[in-house]
Amino acid sequence: MEFFERFAIPHPSPAIYASMVAIGLTVIAIIAGLTYFKKWGYIWREWLTTVDHKRIGIMYLISALLMLFRGGVDAIMMRSQLAVPGNTLLDAQHYNEIFTTHGIVMILFMAMPFIIALMNFVVPLQIGARDVAFPRLNALSFWLFFFAAMLFNISFVVGGSPDAGWTSYFPLAGNEHSPHVGTNYYMIAIQIAGLGTLMTGINFIVTILKMRAPGMTLMKMPMFTWSALITNVIIVFAFPVLTIALAMGTMDRLFGTHFFSIDNGGMDMLWANLFWVWGHPEVYILILPAFGIYSEVISTFARRNLYGYKSMVASMVIISLFSFLVWVHHFFTMGQGAFVNSIFSVTTMAIAVPTGIKIFNWLFTLWKGKIVMTTPMLYSMLFIPIFTIGGVTGVMLGMSAADYQYHNTMFLVAHFHLVIIPGVVFAMLAGLTYWWPKMFGFMLNERIGKWAAWLIAVGTCVAFFPMFISGLDGQARRMYTYSEATGFGFWNMLSFIGAGILAIGFVLIVYNIYYSTRYATRDIGADPWDARTLEWATHSPVPEYNFAITPEVNSSEALWDEKKKGHKLFKGSYQEIHMPSKSGVPFIMSAIFFVFGFAMIFSLWILAIVSLLGIFACLIHRSFEQDHGYHISVKEIEETEAKMGGAKG
Amino acid sequence: MSFLFFTIITVLTGCGNLLVLDPKGPQAQTQADVIMISIWTMLFVVIVVFALLAYMLIKYRASKQSDDYEPPHIEGSKVMESIFVGIPVIIIIFLSIVSVKSNYAVESTPEGYEDQEPLVIYASSSNWKWHFSYPEQDIETVNYLYIPTDRALEFKLYSHGPITSFWVPQLGGQKYAMADMVTTLHLAADVPGEFFGRNANFSGKGFAHNTFNVNAVPPAEFEEWVDEVKETASPITEDRFQELLEPGHLGQLTFTGTHLEFSPAPEHNHGGSQSHDKHDGHENHDHHEKHEDHEEEESSDHHHH
Ligand code: HEM
Ligand SMILES: [Cu+2]
Ligand SMILES: [Cu+2]
Repeated sequence: MEFFERFAIPHPSPAIYASMVAIGLTVIAIIAGLTYFKKWGYIWREWLTTVDHKRIGIMYLISALLMLFRGGVDAIMMRSQLAVPGNTLLDAQHYNEIFTTHGIVMILFMAMPFIIALMNFVVPLQIGARDVAFPRLNALSFWLFFFAAMLFNISFVVGGSPDAGWTSYFPLAGNEHSPHVGTNYYMIAIQIAGLGTLMTGINFIVTILKMRAPGMTLMKMPMFTWSALITNVIIVFAFPVLTIALAMGTMDRLFGTHFFSIDNGGMDMLWANLFWVWGHPEVYILILPAFGIYSEVISTFARRNLYGYKSMVASMVIISLFSFLVWVHHFFTMGQGAFVNSIFSVTTMAIAVPTGIKIFNWLFTLWKGKIVMTTPMLYSMLFIPIFTIGGVTGVMLGMSAADYQYHNTMFLVAHFHLVIIPGVVFAMLAGLTYWWPKMFGFMLNERIGKWAAWLIAVGTCVAFFPMFISGLDGQARRMYTYSEATGFGFWNMLSFIGAGILAIGFVLIVYNIYYSTRYATRDIGADPWDARTLEWATHSPVPEYNFAITPEVNSSEALWDEKKKGHKLFKGSYQEIHMPSKSGVPFIMSAIFFVFGFAMIFSLWILAIVSLLGIFACLIHRSFEQDHGYHISVKEIEETEAKMGGAKG
Repeated sequence: MSFLFFTIITVLTGCGNLLVLDPKGPQAQTQADVIMISIWTMLFVVIVVFALLAYMLIKYRASKQSDDYEPPHIEGSKVMESIFVGIPVIIIIFLSIVSVKSNYAVESTPEGYEDQEPLVIYASSSNWKWHFSYPEQDIETVNYLYIPTDRALEFKLYSHGPITSFWVPQLGGQKYAMADMVTTLHLAADVPGEFFGRNANFSGKGFAHNTFNVNAVPPAEFEEWVDEVKETASPITEDRFQELLEPGHLGQLTFTGTHLEFSPAPEHNHGGSQSHDKHDGHENHDHHEKHEDHEEEESSDHHHH
């Protein structure tokens, strides 16, 4: 029995038992459904073994949406608990687990896969490539992320969730203060997902540098591709820091080392530094692709080219450099003194300059345009004002002396939600709506889409603006309750209402997907938005080889050139196309990683060693495998093109 | 949205009773000033962006234009882009000057208080309480502070457990208390009063209730309080102190003597701020033999300035 005790939840409650039942039922339902409809073969052939960047993108997307709801439920629980003073809906331990998992799920298992989803789907299309540089590695990235997310999510019902905050500061996150396995989940699951992300970073840098269509010089890349390139460069520099920090944290927790402990020469401040050396660039990893999406959307629906292309690129390059020079602003209050704080205060505020350039460039893209307010455009226009407020409060936080008062308060919480929600979430929803027809061959309903956008925007403002005030009135973040005497009640009730409005907005999006899947017309052509870049030059949905003929490009708006300037995109005739073959190894290897992670979390050493051997076996298998891919014949291409409504080219 | 933002600004400026904007000491005053300067500056930025956005959206809607209007291709312009860069740069330079000046202000003895030696108080946290040691007065309290007005205060912060953050919003911003070094927070109170203080940095289960009270009283009254404590309180012993360190919540407690005598602060810190000062730094080194059992490491692991 003793062996099994470690898997028990240290602090159970009816909600947790209910989730166990819900998870169990869902798993049974999925298995039964797949069996009943005889879909196992289909799932395995078409999805689990696919190396197609579009399918991988769609799987990332589905996972991100699922995680958005997981994180959203966490958020609703937190706001409900705080809605009134002295509430007893949640106790301290549950509240702590929930805000911790909320942060991790939202940043690492929602926002990251969401941006990677869109990068996967769009970048190869935008540069006229057949796939990414390393398709199988791409599948491995996805499955590592996916299994890491699953691993992290079972913590709620097996062994207990992490409860030391998404920042997981030591010594709080050490064994002494967090004895149950929750923080092991943090260290291991994020590690596995992070490996996947690092591979994505390498993969996309190579893809963008080496696989662009003829004629597409760097300065003729669409802005979203530029943002993807820079993001992936940041990933490659930032994620190894996280890898190392997590490895050290894991060793502290599992093997008794003293990297971050407060005795025997350990240093808790080292964790904080390593975490934010990764953590600050991470927020730019999230925001830059969003900036890329807004650039595409705003230019498309202002019916104009992007204003200041060169300064857009330059500002992203500067942001990527500066993002590594500001990490100390997350702990101005750690006692490093006026000199160090002054340096980091100035670098932090300086980042606002390139960010400001981008805002002004978008505003001037509207200038003399012909603005069509579609759903993606509506998100973009709601993004600008809300993000501006989030951004200027960032500058306020960057004034280090004043930050002594904002730090650790709801003011900070307001800041980062007001940059991340309009910055990342709105952008992802805009991108989702914008590229949806390219993915699935029909459009999402505009009316429902706009309702959702407005609800989400209003909800965001109502939920987060009050936090500026309660923060300045002394409400610290991460408190599971507060007394009536503090006077925070009113502001928190407002936040709760805002969270409710947000939730309705998200439910509408799900409804829109359902509604449009059922009722939307499939007759939309390749370019329903009258857009400008290459991805709109091929069919919707996109055939597996992307372009029957590799396009030739002479500006960042290749399709627009074709439509307006008589540029010829597709020259020559069909040639046999070489494609990468499917593989089950990424899936299997990641599943073994899941087992390995689980074994590590619970210190099941034999299982850990066996699964580690399994991982190496997969690597060895790959090294000796002869795989030359396969070819799509000219005849097949002709058939597909004819079926898709006429040849492109 | 802009409506909401303006409401916030009105609330901020209109009702002065938000703790952070209702300072009762010079450091909190400096910080409140910096906050207001940055709010007004940023308000200017927000207004410019909102106005431009509104203008573009109203003027260039497709519905306002003829069907055959074809938007021009505009590459961008050196002049415009220099303005986008130039004005923010000027704003950032201005704010940087304010920021650097205020950094040095809050990191030193408050201006106008240099005439007296600052009162040194050690504030150390343990799960989930605060221990306040007054070496000069040789007394110790738990979860409440008495401080004299009009005298600079030098808080020496450290922790017996997780990282915490000592914060009395009306006297000044917070600073971390950590187990392996001592940080210094300079504060002072201008007026008598009762202020709310708390640990602002999440530290586990009892975090929400990790608060304390600050009573600022005129210097004479402070002396009276010290005398009273000396007469009525019992001495703190090593055993008693170990009991206090146990995780949990305690009410307010008062002792004579300080725990620093048998369990000194980790003053041999890792670089950083000015915590190696004349009085306590050396005093505490004398006690090191009693402190746990890793004296040999002191010299190798901790660089001494
Ligand atoms: C205008 C540019 C920005 C500036 C000057 C800025 C400044 C800051 C500062 C100084 C802090 C630390 C405050 C504290 O802990 O006391 C902070 C926190 C944070 N910022 Fe920003 N920020 C900016 C933009 C962004 C963007 C674009 C994002 C995300 C997309 C972001 C996400 C965050 C997050 C997640 C945190 C807090 C994390 C935590 O402590 O849990 N910020 N920001
Ligand atoms: Cu940051
Ligand atoms: Cu030293």
